[in-house]
Amino acid sequence: MKNNKYLILRRIIQIGILFLFFSGANFGINILKGNLSTAIVADKFYLSDPYAVLQMLFTGYIPAVEVIIGAVIILVFYSLLGGRIFCSWVCPLNIITDFASYVRKKTGIKPALKMKTVSGNIRYYVVILGLLLSFITGIASFELINPISIFFRGLIFGSVFSLSTVLIIFLFDLFIVEHGWCGHICPVGAFYSLTGKFRFLKIYHTYENCTLCMKCKRVCPEIQVLEIIGKETGNIKSSECTDCGRCIDVCDDNALKFKLKM
Amino acid sequence: MNLSRRNFIKSSAVATVAAAVGISLPKQLKAAPQKAESDWRWDKAVCRFCGTGCGIMVATKNDKIVAVKGDPAAPVNRGLNCIKGYFNAKIMYGEDRLKVPLMRVNENGEFDKHGKFKPISWKKAFDEMEKQIKKSLKELGPTGIGIFGSGQYTVQEGYAAVKLMKAGFRSNNIDPNARHCMASAVAGFIQTFGIDEPAGCYDDIELTDTVVTWGANMSEMHPILWSRVTDRKLNNPDKVKIINLTTFTNRTSDLADTEIVFRPQTDLAIWNYLAREIVYNHPEAIDREFIRKHIVFSTGVVDIGYGMRKPDHPDFTDKERETVKQQVSKKLSEAEGISLSYLGYKAGDILEMKNTKSAGKHWLISFEDFKKALAPYTLDYVAEVSKGNADESLEDYKNKLKELTKLYVEKNRKIVSFWTMGMNQHTRGTWVNEQAYMVHFLLGKQAKPGSGAFSLTGQPSACGTAREVGTFSHRLPADMVVTNPKHRAIAEKIWKLPTGTINPKVGSHVMKIHRDIEDGKIKFVWVQVNNPYQNTASARHWIKAARELDNFIVVSDGYPGISAKVADLVLPSAMIYEKWGAYGNAERRTQHWKQQVTPVGDAMPDVWQIVELSKRFKIREVWGEAQISGLDNPLPDVTNKLADLGYNPNTTLYEVLFANKEAKSYSWPDPIGTGFQNTESEGDKRTVLGSDNKEWKGYGFFIQKYLWEEYRRFGEGHGHDYADFDTYHKVRGLKWPVVDGKETQWRFNAKYDPYAQKAGTGDFAFYGKALKNLPVGDLKSPNPDKGKQKLDNKAKIFFRPFMDAPEIPDKNYPFWLSTGRVLEHWHSGTMTMRVPELYRAVPEALCYMNPKDAGALGTKQGDLVWVESRRGKVKCHVDTRGRNRPPKGLVYVPWFDEKVFINRVTLDATCPISKQTDFKKCAVKVYKA
Amino acid sequence: MSEEKNKDFKATSRKDAIKTIFKGTGYLALGGLVWGGYVDDRKKPELVLRPPGALKEDIFIKACIKCGLCVEACPYDTLKLSIPSDNKVAGTPYFIARDIPCYMCTDIPCVPVCPTGALDMTSLYTDDILPKPDVNKIRMGLAVVNKESCIAFWGIQCDACYRACPLLNEAITIEYDKNERTGKHAFLKPVVNAEACTGCGICEHVCVTEIPAIKVLPLSIATGKVGNHYIKGWDPEDEKRLENVNSDVNNDKDNSGAIDYLNNSDDLLEDEE
Repeated sequence: MKNNKYLILRRIIQIGILFLFFSGANFGINILKGNLSTAIVADKFYLSDPYAVLQMLFTGYIPAVEVIIGAVIILVFYSLLGGRIFCSWVCPLNIITDFASYVRKKTGIKPALKMKTVSGNIRYYVVILGLLLSFITGIASFELINPISIFFRGLIFGSVFSLSTVLIIFLFDLFIVEHGWCGHICPVGAFYSLTGKFRFLKIYHTYENCTLCMKCKRVCPEIQVLEIIGKETGNIKSSECTDCGRCIDVCDDNALKFKLKM
Repeated sequence: MNLSRRNFIKSSAVATVAAAVGISLPKQLKAAPQKAESDWRWDKAVCRFCGTGCGIMVATKNDKIVAVKGDPAAPVNRGLNCIKGYFNAKIMYGEDRLKVPLMRVNENGEFDKHGKFKPISWKKAFDEMEKQIKKSLKELGPTGIGIFGSGQYTVQEGYAAVKLMKAGFRSNNIDPNARHCMASAVAGFIQTFGIDEPAGCYDDIELTDTVVTWGANMSEMHPILWSRVTDRKLNNPDKVKIINLTTFTNRTSDLADTEIVFRPQTDLAIWNYLAREIVYNHPEAIDREFIRKHIVFSTGVVDIGYGMRKPDHPDFTDKERETVKQQVSKKLSEAEGISLSYLGYKAGDILEMKNTKSAGKHWLISFEDFKKALAPYTLDYVAEVSKGNADESLEDYKNKLKELTKLYVEKNRKIVSFWTMGMNQHTRGTWVNEQAYMVHFLLGKQAKPGSGAFSLTGQPSACGTAREVGTFSHRLPADMVVTNPKHRAIAEKIWKLPTGTINPKVGSHVMKIHRDIEDGKIKFVWVQVNNPYQNTASARHWIKAARELDNFIVVSDGYPGISAKVADLVLPSAMIYEKWGAYGNAERRTQHWKQQVTPVGDAMPDVWQIVELSKRFKIREVWGEAQISGLDNPLPDVTNKLADLGYNPNTTLYEVLFANKEAKSYSWPDPIGTGFQNTESEGDKRTVLGSDNKEWKGYGFFIQKYLWEEYRRFGEGHGHDYADFDTYHKVRGLKWPVVDGKETQWRFNAKYDPYAQKAGTGDFAFYGKALKNLPVGDLKSPNPDKGKQKLDNKAKIFFRPFMDAPEIPDKNYPFWLSTGRVLEHWHSGTMTMRVPELYRAVPEALCYMNPKDAGALGTKQGDLVWVESRRGKVKCHVDTRGRNRPPKGLVYVPWFDEKVFINRVTLDATCPISKQTDFKKCAVKVYKA
Repeated sequence: MSEEKNKDFKATSRKDAIKTIFKGTGYLALGGLVWGGYVDDRKKPELVLRPPGALKEDIFIKACIKCGLCVEACPYDTLKLSIPSDNKVAGTPYFIARDIPCYMCTDIPCVPVCPTGALDMTSLYTDDILPKPDVNKIRMGLAVVNKESCIAFWGIQCDACYRACPLLNEAITIEYDKNERTGKHAFLKPVVNAEACTGCGICEHVCVTEIPAIKVLPLSIATGKVGNHYIKGWDPEDEKRLENVNSDVNNDKDNSGAIDYLNNSDDLLEDEE
């Protein structure tokens, strides 16, 4: 039996957020304006991407306090709630990389490099490098090439060029490295991994129910986080888990579920 | 002037930087074109746009106009152009040029007033026109058809149209858009001089010491002349003075030493103030000798209405009636109580408009009467009445008026008063024109090099075609009129018509043609080189009448505009350089050009369209007896007088008017046309299927030369002499009268004008013949006992009082609305809005208003507002910092933009004498959209 | 770094650990050089016009968070967010005056929405007691006339830029000159006044030549600067430029420059080849 509850819910939220930004830019509806770098909510307060603001601080520029507050709100929110929940529930690129993964499965295309043959830690170097380069060059370095914001701006402000960025990511994930972007390079996700250590929302595995069908491992974009499957009951601890809930969707045995844990 | 601002940091310093980053490449660009020059052909022509009449050179390559340059040999512009002239090469090549005849048809392809436009053949177009004209003639007689003509017709087009209408159809219902532009100047000239058009010429600019602009934004409307004025100022900045009299600050004020912002309509009071100052306080400034020898004093009736229809007309709304009722009677304002006191009126009295039908009536008065009538125009009164800027102190304003007086009365100071639409588009336009001559005559500063009251023309051939050819409802060529039996006889002789053919009843002027269509009195109208449904005030009425009533509107045009949209049949016209033609500019300069290229698509010249239509009518169909409303006797049947002239009842108008024996004597090819084509005479490479559905092969004779040579016979020996056709193709225009091959710079001045010399009345002779036999009376009326007095060779000083405009701002409509042009666009924009560069420069008409007014309305720069009058409303964007800076209480909206259709808002009140609409004044409210 | 590392990455021996560190440094160096090179290329001073109130370009590119709120606030669609192919700092707002200039909204809607201060409202304040923003204080660039291609300098009566300028007769004035070639016409030349020009670009937009003869350049490119060693003798205010002047004198006794010159005297005797 196929269950896509969380997948559908995620898509609704991803597209819903996108739509709110889009209508803010194009129809003058003021719920959300701006983009994922910085948004103004109902013309009242700002929300900012903490990694972007951190880069800005590394350049030596201290932005208006509203922006710093906005970044702190986001940081605290994600850190406490779900860490990389941003990646699977908000980030629009997730739709693309999921799609690459879907195509790969349907067509049987084998990427040049399997997920495991490339270190998943590159992304942490990228986080550091982004800050270092911001400091050295005096400009928020990752923000210059950040495909998430390029894609998002493209969608909101209607530039066709952003499609090529998306296509690069898609092809990269499809042919070069399995889960290449989100799982290996993206410093935004890596940043939330680092800060999401003590998140409340985690996947809970009930060992007793597990039939070791391994469906969850086939769908998981961060397969290394599922090391306890079929071994022990408990939370998925790794903060590289994006809380996407795909494993819950595919589990026919009620062995996985979301669990809020303070 | 801004000379003092020169010490600003100049851009030239930073231009070097621009060069460094790669902006300027002039040297590389120079090299390439020379190679190609061999397959170009340069030939002289005239700029398509305003009445300045700049000469241009046109480069043709592969039958396309590829470039233009200002003609260095042209005396007007010496190789320069304005921003519109700069784009002459592009005006014929807009993407939506009309290329085939289009008619509203039903599914079966038959004419249907409610059908959609579909392409049809030229034959079908003429079939339908023939049918519709015959239907209208049968139902309504000759007055049932009309032509909206043009001041942008070539001379030959205008002449052919007049001949077809007046000689062929015996209808005087032909009137040009020049009615909106020059009619008051014409009436002023005729009443004052007895002959039309300015005495002076552009050389006055170089010779004068003073330029006073009265309702003439020369900087935008006559830019090349303005650059000559500027040059004059630079030559002697201390001596040369420039005064700009205007109702709002405009770019002409930039150069002016003094700007006088007056309240709309009060130019009438300011002129009288000047006259009063001269007569009462500076009698030494009066040129007594000049006045004694050459001038008489006169005045006329004042209860003449405002050229509107009576309020009981069923098509008026109640709101419109609030204004229109003034046509019948008017309660005199405080200011009018004083200005009309000489007639025994006082403020609050009701002035019954009894002379609406005889508005031009005038008679001679004594100098003493004249002086007496001027008495009320004291500085205090005039300053009070005329100060136009509420933010200016009365004292400052009075000082400006005094300064103006000083310049006029200064002995030996030469002075030119220029005016354009501000004084012509005026419900007392004829009066205010006459007042200009009044002041110049008193001072003896008229018809002299460097001095004169000079009416500038708006359109490129308002003078050359509309006025000289006489494409007006009352005129014949060379200043003759249809009401004068002698003039009709002259015309009938030249046109080889049976005596009595020409209709003696004045036809319908532009406003009346529209009104007649609304009243069902005209059911066929042909629009030529004109956009009457965009350029006429109270446009809603006329568009509704055209679309909803039983009538047939034909529009010949190069591009689709509002008029074409309203039409039933649209004919594609060849544009200026696609045909042979001639224009006459504001200084009486006639300039001819040759056909440079083949017309695009199936477009054909207007002359061809007119002549082809004439083929469809036989004498017996048009020259029988005909009833004319307003005439006691019907037009006589003249078909019984044909034998002497060699016609028979079945002779076509084509053979009588255009392809007669004389016409055929002008053979084509002609040496003057060597190397040039002539679509009318020989057809062209396109082999368009003509009005008979056969390939068009040409008339076989040189029709444009024939039309010119016949036309010039009207004026020869009567002060309107032109040179022969060939001469104009060798020179850069000539100012008529051209006597013994020599042009005339200053008319009426015996030193320069052979006609004035011949008169033998000393230094001057105002030899115009019209209205020179006048009754004598006092300020109130003519006295029949005193008989009539002949005024040979004399001109008139008129006393004309100040009167208010018919619609002035009030509580509900608190703003004056003035319309006009901008430098970048010509008229209704059909050509210039299709030049991408000009469109980008000025893509829309803005509502120029005072920032304080805008603020009070809760609007700011760039906001959308409604401009609404009693007749209609338009939406436009506010500009408080633009080229025009109105005082509080006035807004200015240009009319070139069909999306900001301001003539839905304007009022169709006219000068009752000239019938020219006042586009400069009506009352509107403005509010945020 | 995260504890739950990939097993492959876990150093199992000292040798491996050194290898790992070496590899990591390599990653950083390689990525850093490529990425840093790209970043460095992108942040060069650009021919780009920024929105009203923008900080100086080098600070602006640090300060802009690329949220696009200014773009959304612009009622004329003047402002665009750059995309990577624009060859500008991706995601930052700019405008191309020839396409859509800044129409100088009197309420300046694009500036106050900036969250980071990259567009600085305080730079537009008047000196009044109650500070309020003045649109005429905006300095986005400076219009520059190319005399060779400006048809007004040919004698054509154009001045479309002058009439379109929102600070007509202030930012662009007309200079009158006699046209000696025709002998009776005058040149009416547009002249940009740098003190008033806001760089809105309306002049560039309306210019009727094929490539505009008047262009708005960023201030850093369009303006020059006079050295502090010379002060206007006729302008007491000009001395202010001396305030931060460097008055250090080099008292180092090293005289090698002069000595080297003096000792190299061969060329005095030899003919040049």
